[in-house]
Amino acid sequence: MFTSLKRIIKSGWKSFFRDRGLAAATVFILVLAISLATSLFLFRGVSQFIISLIEQKADISVYFKQEVFVPEEEILKIKDELAKIPEVKEIEYISHEEAVKKFLERYPEERSPHITRGVKETEGVLNLASLNIKAAEAAQYAAIAKFLETAPFKNLIDVDYYPRKPLIERIFSLTSTLNRAFLLFSIILAAAAILITFNTIRLAIYNSGEEIKIQRLVGASNWFIRGPFLVQGVISGVIAGLICLLIFSLMSRGLSLKIETFFPGLNIFQFFVSNFWTIVLIQFATGIFLGVVSSFLATRRYLKA
Amino acid sequence: MRLKLKYNMIKFENVTKIYPRNTVALEDVSFEIREKEFVSIVGKSGAGKTTLLKLLLVEEKPTRGRIFFKGKDITKIKSGKLAGFRREIGAVFQDYKLLPSKTTYENIAYALEVIGASEEEISRDVPKVLEIVGLTERANNFPPELSGGERQRAAIARALIHRPEVILADEPTGNLDPYHTLDIIRLLLKIQEMGTTVILATHNREIINSLGKRVITLEKGRVVRDEERGRFIL
Repeated sequence: MFTSLKRIIKSGWKSFFRDRGLAAATVFILVLAISLATSLFLFRGVSQFIISLIEQKADISVYFKQEVFVPEEEILKIKDELAKIPEVKEIEYISHEEAVKKFLERYPEERSPHITRGVKETEGVLNLASLNIKAAEAAQYAAIAKFLETAPFKNLIDVDYYPRKPLIERIFSLTSTLNRAFLLFSIILAAAAILITFNTIRLAIYNSGEEIKIQRLVGASNWFIRGPFLVQGVISGVIAGLICLLIFSLMSRGLSLKIETFFPGLNIFQFFVSNFWTIVLIQFATGIFLGVVSSFLATRRYLKA
Repeated sequence: MRLKLKYNMIKFENVTKIYPRNTVALEDVSFEIREKEFVSIVGKSGAGKTTLLKLLLVEEKPTRGRIFFKGKDITKIKSGKLAGFRREIGAVFQDYKLLPSKTTYENIAYALEVIGASEEEISRDVPKVLEIVGLTERANNFPPELSGGERQRAAIARALIHRPEVILADEPTGNLDPYHTLDIIRLLLKIQEMGTTVILATHNREIINSLGKRVITLEKGRVVRDEERGRFIL
């Protein structure tokens, strides 16, 4: 058993290096397939980033009525109360001071002196504190809004849900379309990669059809014949995986800055580094899986009795 | 001293092989071959010689009839046991059927590897057999780098390395010049003298007439003659 395994590995290894042209073609196709799988993973990271950026625009804000003074402790209590609602994904408290600061950052004094003056004049008169609520899905905003309308503190707050409702729904419809399109795109590309790889390896093994017949006539068992082809599939997969790892390391490093100019905050190299082991796993698993499964299926037709 | 009786190693029992479009390759063929015998199967091209050997190697199944190898009906052999059965037979083909991606040494060693021989056995036996067939100098050459005679000797070396009980040789001299033909026939006779049953399919008149061994003559798929010390008569 161990001797046979050793012979199978040795034979696969020798065949791989003897038939360099064929090996190079197989590795090349596997590099394409692995690159596709890795691109899909990276693209998913990018699309999730974009989707989360878009989703961040969807929220409802709870303001506090100006007629009644609501102290900060009371606001924080309301925040805790709201955090208990299952539909609430995230809740952020923006104090009056923070709101003023943000406003002034947006409209600096030198550019908008009237606005700045106006805001400063409201000091001690208006309460600009608010609670920003985010939900996981568009439909959940209605439930949150309904809760706020019937909450015990309903007389203290103003909610901006209804004017923002169409925008929120559009944002979520856009992100769900993006997600679906990505999934469909991934399935089509993955299927194409599998078919191309399988057919290339099948054609490569087609040349060995006569050799397989001879091996059978000499009395070799099916596994003794198939084994070296599977070993060649593994070697091709590993080499293709290594090549892809190198290509994607260099590319993500080189393109990171350029991508960041289009999508501020999206550092593709950082994403690559933080997901390094997942990417290594995807690349080697894809390469070895495609190499081995294609070899297995391609040899099957010649090994039927 | 007890005399060991020779038993029937191979038996064809009313074997008929019909290919598609009603092409009859063999018709009602029956004969027996004893162990350690040297039997020549002769006949014109298309007489059924190759089909007969293919049936014996279970490359084909008969349309009718039964074929026995050491008492077992090989027409009913299960696919899982086919490899094991073929290891008991050494086959030499007219087109050599060497593995092109392996060297001469590796081609011969392959027959030992499939039966699970140890590395020691392989490194001991392969050089010996290479020497017997005169290919020591060509051990590291690939089949396309060998001449026709060398390829055929390599094929014979592969067929006999694992000491099979039977060697089937289908037109082993078909592509060779007279000098190499004689070489191969001498080798087959030597193998038979060492105790192996040899079945030689050929249409070479001179070889058959010089052998003085048993000859089964096929004509249009039928056995028309079976003589102990036969001659090539067609």
